[in-house]
Amino acid sequence: MTDATLPTAPLSSAPSSNARIALVGNPNSGKTALFNALTGSRQKVANYAGVTVERKEGQVATSSGRTLSILDLPGTYSLRARSPDEVVTRDAVLGKLAGEAPPDVLICVADATNLRLVLRLILELKAVGRPMVLALNMYDIAQRQGLRIDLEGLARDIGCPIVTTVATRKRGIEDLVAQVEALIAAGALGAENTWHEPDAGQIRGAHREAQRILKANVQAADRPDTFTGKVDGVLLHPVSGLAILFTLLFVMFQAVFTWSKAAGDLLGEGFSATGAFIAAHLPPGLLTSFLTDGLISGVGSVLVFLPQILVLFFFIILLEDFGYMARAAFLMDRIMGGAGLHGRAFIPLLSSFACAIPGIMSTRVIDNKRDRLTTIMVAPLMTCSARIPVYTLIISAFIPNVKVAGVLSLPGLVMFGLYAAGIVSALGVSFITRRLFWRGAVEPFLMELPTYKLPDLVNVLRSLYLRGKIFITRAGTIILPMMILVWFLSSFPGAPAGASDPAINYSLAGRIGHLLQPILAPIGFNWQMTVALIPGFAAREVAVAALGTVYAIGNADASPGALATTLSHHWSIATGLAFLAWYVFAPQCASTIGVVKRETNSWLWPAVMLVYMTGLAYLAAFIVYQTAKASGLG
Amino acid sequence: MHDTLAEPEKTAAATDGATVRLSVAKPGDRGVIVDVQAGRQSGDHGVSVDELHRRLLEFGFVEGARIEVLHEGAIWRDPIAVRLDDMRIGLRRRDAADVWIQLDAE
Ligand SMILES: Nc1nc2c(ncn2[C@@H]2O[C@H](COP(=O)(O)OP(=O)(O)OP(=O)(O)O)[C@@H](O)[C@H]2O)c(=O)[nH]1
Ligand SMILES: [Mg+2]
Repeated sequence: MTDATLPTAPLSSAPSSNARIALVGNPNSGKTALFNALTGSRQKVANYAGVTVERKEGQVATSSGRTLSILDLPGTYSLRARSPDEVVTRDAVLGKLAGEAPPDVLICVADATNLRLVLRLILELKAVGRPMVLALNMYDIAQRQGLRIDLEGLARDIGCPIVTTVATRKRGIEDLVAQVEALIAAGALGAENTWHEPDAGQIRGAHREAQRILKANVQAADRPDTFTGKVDGVLLHPVSGLAILFTLLFVMFQAVFTWSKAAGDLLGEGFSATGAFIAAHLPPGLLTSFLTDGLISGVGSVLVFLPQILVLFFFIILLEDFGYMARAAFLMDRIMGGAGLHGRAFIPLLSSFACAIPGIMSTRVIDNKRDRLTTIMVAPLMTCSARIPVYTLIISAFIPNVKVAGVLSLPGLVMFGLYAAGIVSALGVSFITRRLFWRGAVEPFLMELPTYKLPDLVNVLRSLYLRGKIFITRAGTIILPMMILVWFLSSFPGAPAGASDPAINYSLAGRIGHLLQPILAPIGFNWQMTVALIPGFAAREVAVAALGTVYAIGNADASPGALATTLSHHWSIATGLAFLAWYVFAPQCASTIGVVKRETNSWLWPAVMLVYMTGLAYLAAFIVYQTAKASGLG
Repeated sequence: MHDTLAEPEKTAAATDGATVRLSVAKPGDRGVIVDVQAGRQSGDHGVSVDELHRRLLEFGFVEGARIEVLHEGAIWRDPIAVRLDDMRIGLRRRDAADVWIQLDAE
C-alpha cells in the first residue's frame, strides 16, 4: 500500500503553512476513494464534538512542504441538511462546527458521468464563498462512455478550477493537490458567505442554471451505460429481485457463521488461555479475580464477536460500493414500511444480527428523528450472535433431538423459531410505536439508485479496517466499565470462611438475585437463574458462564454439555422454555444500553428501551411458562 | 407558474399525450415533467408538503425533465424506480403524487 502519493517533504512547523481541506459532494461520487488516494494510510477517525458522526481526517504532505489536512464528509445533495450525517457536512462547510475553523479550500467531488445534481450543489457551495476546486472523478468511466466534457468552458461557467481524477487508480491526485496549493498560494481568501436555505423557486432557478451549464459544456455519451439497466431488470424485478435479495442474505449469514467460527473460537480460546495462565501464575485473590473474571473474560466476550462483525461488514461494504444497497432498501421499503420502518432501516437491522451495537451506530443515515429512534429501539430485538450460546445451551438441555415430518430436526426448528420471533417482534414493536405514539407517515423515500461499479478491494478493506476500529474503540470504552461493574457486583462481598455455596451467592449480585426471585417466580425462574441474570447483563452469552458458576460447574462456556445435563435435571421443561422466551426480548446487554445513550444523547431512550424490553420479556416468559405448565410440562 | 391543471381521472387508462400523476404511472410510461406542485395533494408524508416539494426538486424532479418509469415494487406495486434524465431514482408512489408528467405521444 503506498502512502501519500507525493514526495514527503520535511514538515514545516509554521502553522500558516498548514491548510484545511474538506471533501464535499453527492453520495457515491467517490469522496472516500479520493480521500484514501490522497491520504493513504495517514488517516484517523475521531468524533465530532457532541455528535456521534465519525470525523475522518487525513494528512497530505505537499512538495512545497505544506501539510494539508483533509476531511472526508458524508455525501449530500444540498446544504439543507436533514440527517445527522448531512448536518455535519453542512456545518463543516459553513465552519459552524464547535471548535473547528472553516476549511481553507473545498474540494467538490463530482461523478463526471452524473453531473446534473452536483452542479446545483456547486452553485450552493459557491454561495458559501470558500475557495473551491472541482474534482471531476470517475473520469475513466466518462471516457469509456465517450462522454465529451468541455473542461475549460465548464471551469469558466462554474468559476472554479477543475481537475479530472480517477480516485480508484490514483490518477489526477498530484494535479488536484497542485490546484489546491495554487489557491492557497494565491491567497484566495474567499468571499463572504451568502448561503441561506433555498426555497422552491430558488431550487428551480438553480436547476435551470445547472441545466444551461450542462448543455453548454457536456455532450451526451456515445456509449452510455446499459449494464446498470440490464442488471436492474433482474435485481429490481418484483419476483426475482426479492428472491435474489433473500438468497444473498442467506449466503451472507452462512458466511458470517462459518467463516468467522474458526477465528472466533480461536479468539475465545486465546482469552481463556490467557485467563488460565494468569490464574495459574498469580496468587488467588482479588487482583487475579479482577484480571481473569472481570477484565479478560469481559474484553474477550466482546472481541469473540469481532470476526462475525467483520465478515458481515465486509459483505455490506462490498454491496454498498457495488451500488446494491440502495436497491435492497428499495426492495424492502414497502415490506418494512408496513411496520412503520423506513427502507433505509434495512442495513442497521441487518447489522444487528451480528451485534446491535454496530447496527445502532449505523442508523445515522436515516433522516428523520422518529424513523431513526424507532429503528434504534427495535434493533436489539434482532437475534444477535451473543444470544446463540444461550439458545444452544437451553435447546440442547430441553429440546429432544428428534426429526419432525421426517426431515427437519426439532432443535433446528426451535432455533429458526427464535430468530423469527426476534424479527416478528421487532416489526410488531415498531408497528405499535408508530400507531400509538408517533402517528403519521414515515419520511419520504427518495433514493438515488447509483450505477453499478466494480468495488475496489483496497478501498473496501480500508473501510472494513476503519469500521472494525470504530467498533472496538466505541464498544470497548462502553463495555469495559460495564464489565468491571458487573464483576464488582458478583465478587463483593466475598464468601464467608467455610461457606459451602458458590461465592457469587454471597455477593451483591447474589443478594439482588434472591431479592428479585419472588418477582420472577411466576415465570418459573429459580434463584440460581435470577442470580445468573445479573452478570448476564454484561453481555448475553455471559449468562452461560454465570449459570455454570451458580451450579458450580467449572468451564461451562467451553464445554456446555455438563451444564446442559445439570440444567435438564434441575429445571422443568416449562422453565427452560420460559428462559428461552426471556432471552428473545430481555435487554441483557449493558453495552447496547450504553450505545443507545450515546447515540441519542439522552438517558430517556435507554430507559424506555430497558423498561419495554424487560416488560416484553416478562410477559413472554410468563405466557410460555404458564401455558407449558398447564399442558403438563411443569 | 404551476397552477391550472385539470385533475384527470385517476383511473383513466393513460393515453398517449395525457397528463397524469407520476404516482399512477406504470412501468414503461415515459414523458416529460410538466408540473411539480406543493400543497395540492393532501395526505401524510412524514414531512411538510413544502419540504417534500423541495426534496423532489433537489433530486431533479423539475419541469422539463425527461422521465421514464422503469420498475415497481412487489407489494402494492410500490415503490417505483424511475429514470430521470440520466439518473435512476427510487421513490414511493405516495410521495410522487404531486409530480405531473405528460406522456409521450407515440
Ligand atoms: N471506476 C471508478 N470507480 C470509482 C472511482 N472513484 C470511486 N469509485 C467507486 O465508486 C464507488 C463509490 O465510491 P465512494 O468513495 O464510496 O463514494 P463516496 O462519495 O465516499 O460515497 P458516500 O460516502 O456514500 O457519499 C466505489 O465502488 C468506488 O470504488 C473512479 O474514479 N473510477
Ligand atoms: Mg464516503
